[in-house]
Amino acid sequence: MAKITVDGKVFDVDPNNNLLEEILSNQQDLPYFCWHPSMGSVGSCRQCAMIEYANDDDQRGRQIMACMTSPRDGARYSIDKAAQFRAQAIESIMTSHPHDCPVCEEGGECHLQDMTVMSGHTYRRYDGKKSTHTNQDLGPFIGHEMNRCITCYRCVRYYKDYAGGTDFGPQASHNHTYFGRFQDGALESEFSGNLAEVCPTGVFTDKVFSKHYARKWDLQSSPSVCAACGVGCNINPGERYGTLRRVVNRLNDQVNGYFLCDKGRFGTGYVNSSERLRVNMVRSAHDGRPTEISPTEAKSRLLALKGKAIGIGSPRASLEANFALRQLVGKENFYAGVSEVEFGLLSQIVEIYKSRPVQAASIRDIELCDAVVVLGEDVTNTAARIALALRQSVKNLGRELAAKMKLPQWHDAAIRNLAQGRKSPLYIIGPAASRLDDIAKQVYIASPADTARIGFAIAHALDSTAPAVTDLSAAEQSLVASIATDLKGAKKPLVVSGTSLLEPALLQAAANIATACSGAPGPGRIVLTAPEVNSLGLMLLMDGSQNSLGKAMQSGARAAIVLENDLYRRAPAATIGRFLSGLEQLAVLDHLQNRTGEAANLVLAAGTFAETSGTFVNYEGRAQHFYATFKPAPEIRSSAKWLCDTEFGAEPRIHVLTGGAAALLPNGYKLQKLTPGADWNFAGARAPRQHHRYSGRTALRAHLNVHEPKQEQDEDGIMNYSMEGVPPLKDSTIFSSPWAPGWNSNQSVFKFQKHTGGELLQSGHGELLLDVPAADKTWFAAVIQKPVVEGFALFPLYHLFGSEELTARSEAIQAKATGAYVALNPADVERLGLAASDGVQVQHNGAVPYLARASIAPGTVGVPVGLSGLNFQDLVTPGLALNKASNWQNPKDWRASNIIVSDAGSTTAYGRGVQGR
Amino acid sequence: MWNFLKQQLYVLWSNVVTLWLVFTHLFKKKDTVEYPDVQPYMFPRWRGRIILSRDPDGEERCVACNLCAVACPVDCIALQKTEDENGRWYPEFFRINFSRCIMCGFCEEACPTHAIQLTPDFEMAEYVRQDMVWEKKDLLISGTGKYHDYNFYKIAGKAIGGKGKGEARHELPPIDRRSLLP
Repeated sequence: MAKITVDGKVFDVDPNNNLLEEILSNQQDLPYFCWHPSMGSVGSCRQCAMIEYANDDDQRGRQIMACMTSPRDGARYSIDKAAQFRAQAIESIMTSHPHDCPVCEEGGECHLQDMTVMSGHTYRRYDGKKSTHTNQDLGPFIGHEMNRCITCYRCVRYYKDYAGGTDFGPQASHNHTYFGRFQDGALESEFSGNLAEVCPTGVFTDKVFSKHYARKWDLQSSPSVCAACGVGCNINPGERYGTLRRVVNRLNDQVNGYFLCDKGRFGTGYVNSSERLRVNMVRSAHDGRPTEISPTEAKSRLLALKGKAIGIGSPRASLEANFALRQLVGKENFYAGVSEVEFGLLSQIVEIYKSRPVQAASIRDIELCDAVVVLGEDVTNTAARIALALRQSVKNLGRELAAKMKLPQWHDAAIRNLAQGRKSPLYIIGPAASRLDDIAKQVYIASPADTARIGFAIAHALDSTAPAVTDLSAAEQSLVASIATDLKGAKKPLVVSGTSLLEPALLQAAANIATACSGAPGPGRIVLTAPEVNSLGLMLLMDGSQNSLGKAMQSGARAAIVLENDLYRRAPAATIGRFLSGLEQLAVLDHLQNRTGEAANLVLAAGTFAETSGTFVNYEGRAQHFYATFKPAPEIRSSAKWLCDTEFGAEPRIHVLTGGAAALLPNGYKLQKLTPGADWNFAGARAPRQHHRYSGRTALRAHLNVHEPKQEQDEDGIMNYSMEGVPPLKDSTIFSSPWAPGWNSNQSVFKFQKHTGGELLQSGHGELLLDVPAADKTWFAAVIQKPVVEGFALFPLYHLFGSEELTARSEAIQAKATGAYVALNPADVERLGLAASDGVQVQHNGAVPYLARASIAPGTVGVPVGLSGLNFQDLVTPGLALNKASNWQNPKDWRASNIIVSDAGSTTAYGRGVQGR
Repeated sequence: MWNFLKQQLYVLWSNVVTLWLVFTHLFKKKDTVEYPDVQPYMFPRWRGRIILSRDPDGEERCVACNLCAVACPVDCIALQKTEDENGRWYPEFFRINFSRCIMCGFCEEACPTHAIQLTPDFEMAEYVRQDMVWEKKDLLISGTGKYHDYNFYKIAGKAIGGKGKGEARHELPPIDRRSLLP
């Protein structure tokens, strides 16, 4: 630590960080644009000017840019003395700014507005004309208004340098500089939504939000967790007039940091969908006609099933909802609601975490790893935020080189220049090219079983006590040797795998590698992605029971309660159809209409993540609490509340159920630390969901009735559905939307951090339920069942946009998704005699279009999961018979240009083997 | 005795003076206004009933920026932004609950487009309180109100139908991003 004096005040600072970061960490206000805690400094905007004095006698000092300066111990600085320079700098930045704040989506949360006010520039003296720019259509997610640009270069540094996008960059020169794509078209990066948050002004805005726009101060919000995949990024949803308007990032230094993926950010439209279940219904036994019933009757009918029905839980429902169902139907009648295969995979993950000397790496840990091997998991599409973290991990070589050169770690441009494109090793082994291939040291295409074999061989190469694999090809042997050398040489090696290829041996191979890496520097680091938001939570709640959906269908039950689960996505349609038609009573609780609900004779409207509170457990076993953002109509309730029996009281508060679930989980006591407790208050005040500037309270509902109703009450306790309560600046135990005086934009989050860019002051980062076991190295046997395949060997392909059940029902995601297809090697396309406009007949499951991808091995076929037109669950055989479809016409929802893949070393989109922009 | 008479005479005199004064008022200008048959003169900047005005081209001035709503101390304005096919922002609905309005004029002060204006009309009595809730159709007038010339979209850099990039006031034509010339 060093001591510096700034305008007479003495601060303790870390000399390894830049001065700007340290000034902000000490809660001082200093304007800046181009610096970002996750992206380091380049010193291009000239806003964070300060004066540095050579010694105590120096009265004049010299001007420095705080973000490009390391604090000097004992030095004297001034923020105030450079005020005039900063005002002039911003005046020149603003000469062409277009006077359109009222019609700008950023208005009210604009970093440029804040900094302009802070710098004291109020009046435009320049009377020359403003330069203007045309806009581009950047696709369904991001709006473009180039006139507002202040050329801070943050967008390029984020999109290209941080997120690895290739279709976007700066063009032209001097005051004509333009930021956009090389031609109009949707941004290809899966992380483009962050541009809206990274851009300090309104050049890049959230287009989905703009369609039903509300100002930041009008959005009712709460701390929440993204429900779109197993990573569990922290989000901050915003509601106005009863509909969910947008999702922005909520900082969690261990999980998502400052960035989200586009699925999480834009995939919540289903909450407002016209397909939402908004009433409770019984379906008559005679003609199947639904009749609306009151919530009270619905609940009594549901509870009447107690003792008769089995319960089918869900990996996308909260811990509390699953627990309430388990209590209602009894432990032995509670089934996990995931297929036999997935159940096996998830139990395998839990077993690995519990019995091997390995630690699940958080997103932050991944960013710090310096050698990574990815086994068969296409993380960009199954757990996208991990892919963004892997992109940061390969930069660690540059950081290491910089440390050797005594270059500070924040010096972004210098480090990139020093690294000259050299990267930490990342190996990707999988059945097709992935979107991370451009940063990989080596990509190896192999079937899931072969990938597992290579994984076992790597473990053996690292530690000879691990089981060996014979019959590797020469190419595989050299790959294994190269990976083993890099992992051995690394300070923080990491192995990434997951459930998406449905291959248990992959998880075991990954566990063996991580076990082999464990030892001197602590446990081996491993990432095993979970398919859904609460997959691991559900598994832990099973408490050793082996009840999968398959078991449920064999149980011979006559009645069932299905919790937030479309069973048709879990098993072949025929099997599910048989099971459901054999039931006398079927109660379904869900958010959206689906096929399972259509078969039910009791349908209950369940609240989504935005309308309910609960707990999710992510892929690493991190439990995180999410608070309801807004109150739904009285017909819609949280599943946990629907299901809880009188045992917990008729309407228990959510923490009672959390406490109940805690008793079943390892380290369950930690769940209590997730929230400050049901009776928490600050000087008698709860936490407000609404901003203190929330507008329109006496006019919102005035058209319905001029007499204002009582403010909505939150029975669960510690947040208010109003603006009354403790301001976050006083107490941020429950921290949703950052705001500080003078800092209206999301940049104000530094006011709530222990150190700028780091941990939040009070709200924590979730609780890890699984301890690293003090286990000896034990190995999984390298036994791989090679499936006997007739026809094409089938492997699942995931799409960030479209494979997940709920987000796929959001309009914005549908605009980026496509209908089902099969992906084939060009040689196979030729062999099947397919012309450009032909379709492929997939066994007896109808015909779909095809996509030729050079990276896919001949004889294998990639089948997308969850896309409309082909049910992956119906393709039960490991081999597929494919034929040319006769009388074929491409369906309307086939949009090849939406498929962004990076095959054959290229990083551009391919549709039908040609560039399909 | 003499004193008593003097006092009585003074009372008599005072009454005569009073009568005279009242009589002279017959020939003076009347202070009473025959409201409502005679309407009082209201100053143009009087803060009365709120209206939404149109720009000189006859388009809605309101761009649904929400500044009036957030400035309102009694939170009696609610609106929702929407957009026409050419990118012009306007309110989908605009509601003022006049039963809450205190006619403070903050909304007019906050309005960046001169759309919301207070008028000299103060006659806002209703028998039913619900009738004090006014929607956009009730608020929107066909003229420019107090400010005749201002047209926000002619100055703002955002392109709308009929005005492309570089066509607003003080703007250069859009740059050619393929050119590196100075």
